[in-house]
Amino acid sequence: MEGDQELKELYQDVLLDYSQSGAHKGKIENPHFHSRGINPVCGDEIEIAMDVKNPSGVIEKIRYSGHGCVISQASAAMMAECLEGKTPERARDLVLAFKDMMLSKTSLDLLPAELEVMKALEGVRKFPLRVKCATLAWNTIQKSFPEEKRS
Amino acid sequence: MSLDILEIRRDFPILSRQVHGKPLVYFDNAATTQKPKALIAALSSFYENHNGNIHRGAHTLSDEATTLVENARQKTADFINAPKPETIIFTRNATEAINLVAHSWGRKFLKAGDEIVLTELEHHSNLVPWQILAAEKSLKLRFIPITRVGDLDLFAARELFSEKTKLVSFTAASNVLGTLPPVLEMITLAKQFGAKTLVDASQWTPHFKTDVQKWGCDFLAFSAHKMLGPTGLGVLYGRESLLEEMDPFLGGGDMIETVELETFTPNVLPAKFEAGTPAIAEAAVFPEALNYLSKIGFAEMEAQEKILLHRALEILKNEPEIELYGSDLAEGRGGVISFNLKGLHPHDVGTSLDLEGVAVRSGHHCCQPLMRRLGVGGTARASFYFYNTLEEVEIFGRALRKTIQFFKPRLKAVGVK
Ligand SMILES: Cc1ncc(COP(=O)(O)O)c(C=O)c1O
Repeated sequence: MEGDQELKELYQDVLLDYSQSGAHKGKIENPHFHSRGINPVCGDEIEIAMDVKNPSGVIEKIRYSGHGCVISQASAAMMAECLEGKTPERARDLVLAFKDMMLSKTSLDLLPAELEVMKALEGVRKFPLRVKCATLAWNTIQKSFPEEKRS
Repeated sequence: MSLDILEIRRDFPILSRQVHGKPLVYFDNAATTQKPKALIAALSSFYENHNGNIHRGAHTLSDEATTLVENARQKTADFINAPKPETIIFTRNATEAINLVAHSWGRKFLKAGDEIVLTELEHHSNLVPWQILAAEKSLKLRFIPITRVGDLDLFAARELFSEKTKLVSFTAASNVLGTLPPVLEMITLAKQFGAKTLVDASQWTPHFKTDVQKWGCDFLAFSAHKMLGPTGLGVLYGRESLLEEMDPFLGGGDMIETVELETFTPNVLPAKFEAGTPAIAEAAVFPEALNYLSKIGFAEMEAQEKILLHRALEILKNEPEIELYGSDLAEGRGGVISFNLKGLHPHDVGTSLDLEGVAVRSGHHCCQPLMRRLGVGGTARASFYFYNTLEEVEIFGRALRKTIQFFKPRLKAVGVK
């Protein structure tokens, strides 16, 4: 098909695949952490549940549920994959790093290696309204993390 | 006589800009319309030549600005056939106009157990002010349901009315489905029960002739920006006797007659409801928009919009992957179409069309209860105005097909759900 270059750049294959991957979709019964988020622009809701393994303290399992666009669903799926196995402290830093990238506060090169896959969302930065779709899951899970320590 | 659209488009500079390297196709007119050159020039001219605060002080600029704003009030009154300019209150937008009625009339005259009848079609701005009031005064809100094609179910409506009904507030044209509720019938029904009426004309005044005396409504609200006018200016028409009885809305400068340290007496109409410095420049130039609409003519406008609607509906009905909401006929509706590409979120449809230069709105359109009623989270919405062309509808159709062809092989739910 002629002229769908822009669509291909924005909706990269990885993104489309993650958006329909069921790997982290669902709920956790009695999760250790649970948070809900709403994108007020579209009214889309997301619920994120998280279990933390003891005694190591790393995030064992993340599940998300709700409806959303390709971008929000892909972002949630990739986020779950990236953050599982991390400590909540590291996860919190990664959330901030991802959000800075999406808000174009930092360049792509500064994205931590653990978030390599998130570069697939790079094209979204040109669409300020859609950035909210990409950050919905991240803003939502952020509510579960301890506040950053002030030094 | 049909309109010379290409000639008309020259009056709207923004229509010749490009978006993502493609000519802009602006199909988001229900959200806000574009502005003619004459209005843009008038805004500059106002600031260059006449800017002063109004109703304050005795100097030439203040006089000129005041005259322009009061002239705009008269023009607005003429445009909707209001009996007197004093019955036209300038607000920030339709939302503020509706809030003004809820605050100044509702709070004063409604009491516990009274009922307000609304409809399932309403915009949040004709829902939330009443929800706030209902919670405060223990009122009951009742909702006229819609039929499968999005018309108001008038049989069900009759059941909702009683002597408890004190206000019926409804939209004259749906911003989601294009439905045109039978305004006169609704007002007649309301009057049989002694209820007051508020018509949300936000989507009506830009497209159809408005005559508040023929309708006999008590209040009418609309926004200038949806009818070629500037942002920051809304209109509330109110029946004079009601406006007289109502309490003031906001307190401050201009709305008073005298002020003591502890008390005040309110000013006369319309100043009583216009506290503080209003949108002076915007009001002063609004007649440019009204003149433009009159020059076009509502009959010609409707004919053009019908042509566009007809073709757009034909295109949408031809795509099995598309789901249409509301009526699929071009007749008896406004130039608004809501649809979804099955299995794809409306935001993805919106972005994909935007990449082709086509601006549609996607989301809940400030009508979340209506979305729930339709069983969707949101829709994509194309809304037309007289300056749109058939060629633009074809571009929209091609962009839509491209969207389907791109996503269908890549996402398994597309076209299925
Ligand atoms: C039917 C309807 N009512 C009210 C409004 C509110 O208009 P505004 O946002 O200008 O106050 C709108 C516009 O969004 C509308 O479509």
